Amino acid sequence: MLHIKNLKASIDGKQILKGLNLDVKPGEVHAIMGPNGSGKSTLAAVLAGRDIFEVTEGEVTYMGKNLLELSAEERAKEGIFLGFQYPIEIPGVSMVNFMKTAVNEKLKYKGEKPLSAAEFLKLMREKKALVEIDSNLTNRSVNEGFSGGEKKKNEIFQMAMLEPKLAVLDETDSGLDIDALRIVANGVNKLKTPENATIVITHYQRLLDYIVPDVVHVLYQGRIVKTAGKELALELEEKGYDWIKKELEE
Amino acid sequence: METISLDINTKIEELYDSGKEAFSSSSALINKSREEAFCIFKKSGIPTKADERYRNINLESIFRHNYNTYIKKRAIDFKIDDVFKCDVPDLETHTILLVNGWYHNADEQLTILPGGAVIGSFLEASKKYPEIFEKHYGKIAKPEEDGLIALNTSFVQDGIFFYVPDNVILEKPVQIINILISDEDVQTMPRNLFVVGKNAQAKIVVCDHTLSAQYFLTNAVSEIFADRDSLLEIYRVQNEHNGSTQISSVFIKQLENSNVLTNTLTLHGGSIRNNINVELAGRNAENQTIGLYLCDKGQYVDNYTFIDHAVPDCYSNELFKGVLDDFASGAFSGRILVRPDAQNTRAYQSNNNILLTDDAKMNTKPQLEIYADDVKCSHGATVGQLDQNALFYLQSRGIPKKEALMMLMYGFTNEILSKITVEPLKERISGMVERRLRGELSRCNSCVMTCTDKSHSC
Ligand SMILES: Nc1ncnc2c1ncn2[C@@H]1O[C@H](COP(=O)(O)OP(=O)(O)O)[C@@H](O)[C@H]1O
Ligand SMILES: [Mg+2]
Repeated sequence: MLHIKNLKASIDGKQILKGLNLDVKPGEVHAIMGPNGSGKSTLAAVLAGRDIFEVTEGEVTYMGKNLLELSAEERAKEGIFLGFQYPIEIPGVSMVNFMKTAVNEKLKYKGEKPLSAAEFLKLMREKKALVEIDSNLTNRSVNEGFSGGEKKKNEIFQMAMLEPKLAVLDETDSGLDIDALRIVANGVNKLKTPENATIVITHYQRLLDYIVPDVVHVLYQGRIVKTAGKELALELEEKGYDWIKKELEE
Repeated sequence: METISLDINTKIEELYDSGKEAFSSSSALINKSREEAFCIFKKSGIPTKADERYRNINLESIFRHNYNTYIKKRAIDFKIDDVFKCDVPDLETHTILLVNGWYHNADEQLTILPGGAVIGSFLEASKKYPEIFEKHYGKIAKPEEDGLIALNTSFVQDGIFFYVPDNVILEKPVQIINILISDEDVQTMPRNLFVVGKNAQAKIVVCDHTLSAQYFLTNAVSEIFADRDSLLEIYRVQNEHNGSTQISSVFIKQLENSNVLTNTLTLHGGSIRNNINVELAGRNAENQTIGLYLCDKGQYVDNYTFIDHAVPDCYSNELFKGVLDDFASGAFSGRILVRPDAQNTRAYQSNNNILLTDDAKMNTKPQLEIYADDVKCSHGATVGQLDQNALFYLQSRGIPKKEALMMLMYGFTNEILSKITVEPLKERISGMVERRLRGELSRCNSCVMTCTDKSHSC
């Protein structure tokens, strides 16, 4: 589904991703871990099409297409979803209008007709229940005045509305208390199908108790330096990242 | 420079002399203050850039243009229905018309509204209600303070008179449509007087339109008196063509517990200068002065506000927002004066701007003068671009860039639109703003409370 080969990306001439390889198949859950500043969010942003990052080398194939040629909105309509580490507040733009536009743009792209007001409201209700999101939040401006936890839940709510094929969740667990974490993880699990895949970026193993990954990667200094099964997460939790750094130096 | 301004002022003196006969139809009170104002004008002339208040706008070059002035009312065969021909089911209003500064109604010069409120011709009202004019006319807008007021007061003839007696609540908004239409370039100097009595309530919508392609210059002065416990909301929609220049000076005096809101929405117009002056003269008075300007091409929009906290315990809140595209330019100056006695004043001000191009310019300047010590005051101004992170956030959900930009701009304006209290009016103005942002609003085809899809050529 997603095939990344030797990906190099930089911002303002500073190289962040330094030859990254990753393969994700339908139905899989991948966890990407790694210390702060390794380039995890950069990878997520590059996949989503943020153009402040310049891809200087490498290939990214998604569903047989050259992903790097698509605009951010095309990628979204092709089924890529980025759960932001820091969701953006957009005063004056209501959640309802935001989601209605996004859902209908996607339908239009697929050649289907837009949802009626009633259909849309029904969809909203269903998906809100899924992530146990407070009803009032959708009447407000996008993320404006939301608490940290509400913002993260809102990301999963949007994911539920858009039903992506490939979701990249960037530290969706950070700043969540245990209840919120459980809700968010439940949401992600319920949305899982054999056809879609999830990349979970986190630096705590805690989330992985709830969203069980098939593969765990360690991203360090712009490269994936270690890949193993879910037991790797536990090992990292215990020992920290220093042993990997040491291993690399040897 | 000096000789040029002399020329303009000399021309105005000649015009004044030629108007003597026409002026005789005004009331004695109007003519007395006319003479006084003209003496003042002869000394002050049109304000120059040396006047701090007008440092951003070149009035001399504006007045230099060769405009005709209709000293006498000129018959124009024009019916409101010819222009705005449709019914508005959800928003009923009392609608009146001003054409080239003259009250336009074939049937009656003054209309009595429910509860004995009056709306109609300023000229007519000044004769019929001398006691109201005696009390308020020339008392709120003072010719000695500004050459443009002196000029307007020197040439006063007609305009709008609006009076709401004590304890009268007008349920329906009043809509005033200012129309400029001519086959030659014209300058007008309308004068308005609004008096809202004790415990009375009213909402007014003013729409400015140009219906022909000529150059127009308006130098309007409005005096607004809000008696104690009154409530007044004024929504102003400026939608003239880019060959027009509008200078609008609004003076508001508020007594205790009164609550006045002005919302100035500038959609189109060549050069626009809004002076909004508020005197909070009674305790617990509340004022909101807000506005939105959307400019493109070579448009110029200049908002100047002056909030005078003259007594204790008053509240004022100012919020102006603007989006400037192409090579448009704008200015905002917000002066707040808190006088020594005005303890427990709360005065807030902010001005936020988005520049869509590198060529668009905005000049914003707060000016706070605080002479009392128990004061809560804040001001903030921003000039920036659209938030690129927000843009990406929307795009990352599959929303095309063009639409995402629209949503952000519209979201930016929403803070102003959400303060419109009349729901159908909010919808209509919001619709106009959205179409304006999409570049689909023509300058003359829509009035807030008339149908929005009918267009006519101009
Ligand atoms: N917008 C940006 N401008 C400049 N440098 C950036 C930007 N975003 C990220 N970086 C840099 O890229 C590196 C990787 O950051 P990031 O991808 O956020 O790491 P992680 O998500 O793994 O903590 C850091 O050194 C960070 O300072
Ligand atoms: Mg990160």
